[in-house]
Amino acid sequence: MREIKVEELTHTVKRLCQEACVYLNEDVEAALERAYILEKSPIGREVIKQLLKNRDVAKETGLPICQDTGITIVFLKVGQDVHFVGGNVEEAINEGVRRGYEEGYLRKSVCHPLTRENTKDNTPAIIHYEIVPGNEVEVIVMPKGAGSENKCTATVLTPAEGLEGIERFLCKTVEEAAVNTCSPLIVGVGIGGTIDKAALLAKKAILRPLGEWHKDNKLAALEMKWLEMLNKLGYGPLGLGGRVTCLDVHIEIFPCHIASLPVAVNVQCHAHRVKKAVL
Amino acid sequence: MSEVKHLQTPLSEEVIAGLKTGDRVLLSGVVYTARDAAHKRLVTLIKEGKNLPFDIEGQIIYYVGPAPAPPGRPIGAAGPTTSSRMDPYAPILLAHGLKGMIGKGKRSREVIEAIKRFKGIYFIAPGGAGALLALCVRQAEVIAYPELGAEAVYKLVVKDLPLFVGNDIYGNDIYEIGKKEFQIASCP
Repeated sequence: MREIKVEELTHTVKRLCQEACVYLNEDVEAALERAYILEKSPIGREVIKQLLKNRDVAKETGLPICQDTGITIVFLKVGQDVHFVGGNVEEAINEGVRRGYEEGYLRKSVCHPLTRENTKDNTPAIIHYEIVPGNEVEVIVMPKGAGSENKCTATVLTPAEGLEGIERFLCKTVEEAAVNTCSPLIVGVGIGGTIDKAALLAKKAILRPLGEWHKDNKLAALEMKWLEMLNKLGYGPLGLGGRVTCLDVHIEIFPCHIASLPVAVNVQCHAHRVKKAVL
Repeated sequence: MSEVKHLQTPLSEEVIAGLKTGDRVLLSGVVYTARDAAHKRLVTLIKEGKNLPFDIEGQIIYYVGPAPAPPGRPIGAAGPTTSSRMDPYAPILLAHGLKGMIGKGKRSREVIEAIKRFKGIYFIAPGGAGALLALCVRQAEVIAYPELGAEAVYKLVVKDLPLFVGNDIYGNDIYEIGKKEFQIASCP
């Protein structure tokens, strides 16, 4: 049994919130640079150029990449041989968010769903826990903006609708998203499980590094096919017309009930902010 | 793609008439910020026949909820938010003298018609480029609704804000034109 102080979680979450909001990961930078080469539309290319410049400005000034520093999503993978000491895990994570946003000059965008009153410190975070073998703790912080999250979808298809039904649902979701979100998009597709499981699969799918296909060859082929399909729609960067509507499509699947086919699509903007640490 | 047009606010009718969908613009001068909550309040005031906290006649509203200003800077990251959420409010503001809007995303049929009718203009700022756009903001001052935090109304002085014309007075829509030009296939 390994003891980990919850205070370490607070420090880690604080740091990851701030780093995620300012520094793009290399895979996203590479995807944008590739998009600049692939894009045929002059306006689209100009947009990508501005996004790359924005990345440089954020790095140089420490200003966030995007003013919507999101609702904070935390994925915690806890080794089963870990024992947390010194306080409450959930409170420690939220304290990390609180300090990260206040001290990092990040926008607090979390409010009561009905009164719309702002919680003023961006808490509570959305926390997904997972118990895994081992004695380490993996912390992933993903600040998610509303521009993209507002366009995510989930449904339960009939088994008869099958792959074609999923394809239609995915394409319709991207069509709705392409003119309002900050495209080029990263699209996560969760297939199977239950409606809640599919939604989580879709979100986890976008955590996979860009440019990395699914390990299962058939699913990887499907990802390529769907990326090609979506990039034929003509929306392009910011929806202003072009070839690069999506940077990547990632699929994750899970077995489901014989009578159902849950599907969720998570749409992520090009300001794809994810940072990871292992304790 | 057209040459970049340097514009200074307030925009005259002649200048607006010369702008076409797809034009690249660098905008300088005063713009006001407002998003969901502020729009709701402004439109309520108009409907009650009361005065607005600033005169919108001939002005431009930027749909933005900036990040807090770090020390030594007038503003934090300041990119556009999705304009469609302001669609229910935009026509009444245009009818009361508003000239321009800056945001991101496609506008409703009603807003596009109102832009045509009241000779306004809709600019698109690069969404997700909040740091780049923050550097264009030289001054920022909260002039109304400070209690709304990031949603307060700011008076901004901007220099060379990089924009595209989204909808012009001739009824053109960049989202329709752009897609048509680059679409190879439709959804299955």
